[in-house]
Amino acid sequence: MAESGKIDPMHQFAIEPLFGTDHWSIGGFNIAFTNSAAWMLLSAVVLWIFVAGGLKRQLVPGRWQMAVEFFTGFIDKLMLENVGAAGKKYVPYVFSLFMFILLANLLGLLPLGIVGVHPFTFTSHFTVTGVLAIISFSIVLMVGFWKHGLHFFSLFVPHGTPLPMIPVIFPIELVSFLVRPFSLGLRLFVAMTAGHVLLKVLAGFVINSTNAGAGYGVLVGVPSFVLMVGISALEMLVAVIQAYVFALLTSLYINDAEHLH
Amino acid sequence: MDAEAAKLIGAGLAAIGAGMAALGVGNVFGSFLESALRNPSAADGQQGRLFIGFAAAELLGLLAFVVSMILIFVA
Repeated sequence: MAESGKIDPMHQFAIEPLFGTDHWSIGGFNIAFTNSAAWMLLSAVVLWIFVAGGLKRQLVPGRWQMAVEFFTGFIDKLMLENVGAAGKKYVPYVFSLFMFILLANLLGLLPLGIVGVHPFTFTSHFTVTGVLAIISFSIVLMVGFWKHGLHFFSLFVPHGTPLPMIPVIFPIELVSFLVRPFSLGLRLFVAMTAGHVLLKVLAGFVINSTNAGAGYGVLVGVPSFVLMVGISALEMLVAVIQAYVFALLTSLYINDAEHLH
Repeated sequence: MDAEAAKLIGAGLAAIGAGMAALGVGNVFGSFLESALRNPSAADGQQGRLFIGFAAAELLGLLAFVVSMILIFVA
């Protein structure tokens, strides 16, 4: 980069087939094993190891078991607070969802670039977060229609709505309900993308200013680098908060399906 | 005006939305802290609502970001 080339912050989101690949296709779609799939597999494996290590069921738990019990207890409490006793049966789903997203976000932030492995945050793709959101939304729809039948539509007419207002309120509530999977998936995807783009742009400042000369390096590069350290800490916070928000909103939507209003 | 220039100006204008979301998120946490310090015992019970408000305010800023990204890279 002696030319101090153009900063390309979007390159980190490129999906590349790792092995295999041009020939594997089903119905015209390439199904090569990509870097995205590799990191999904990695975060699933890490999650499996993490939980398996905590399944000793000792009466006095060790550190590892305490860590796992902290997370299960956290989700258990979340579901109890937001859904009530009926939320118990969704704890495994919400726990898997939360931990999968959390690990995906955190593993994608690992500074493995210095050893030549480029971490890939697959939650920065709308296809991935969109599918996760659609799974949550389908559970809401299935539970809602299974439990309440067509009475589920009363979700769109809040209690005490005056009769003349119903034709106005109903479409508004319907649209706000239908937009939920989009907003759920979009929030996670954009929050992760924005953070990673910001980090890459700042990294570009450091490299380009240092290449331009020592004076520029001290004037621009050093403050940018300090800012990068701060933003990295913020990104870790965002990774946790976004996973929490995804689980929280899923629990709220499940509550709607279980209890209507 | 050149179409490329118009796109970049539009992306810059969309970034105003990100700043507005900063006001919104700050307001959510600010109001929460203000009332949490008045009644600390009730604060823990409202944590869920705090994050719902945060998520709603943040989403609008993120939408502004999406608009500017679409203008720069897609449109």
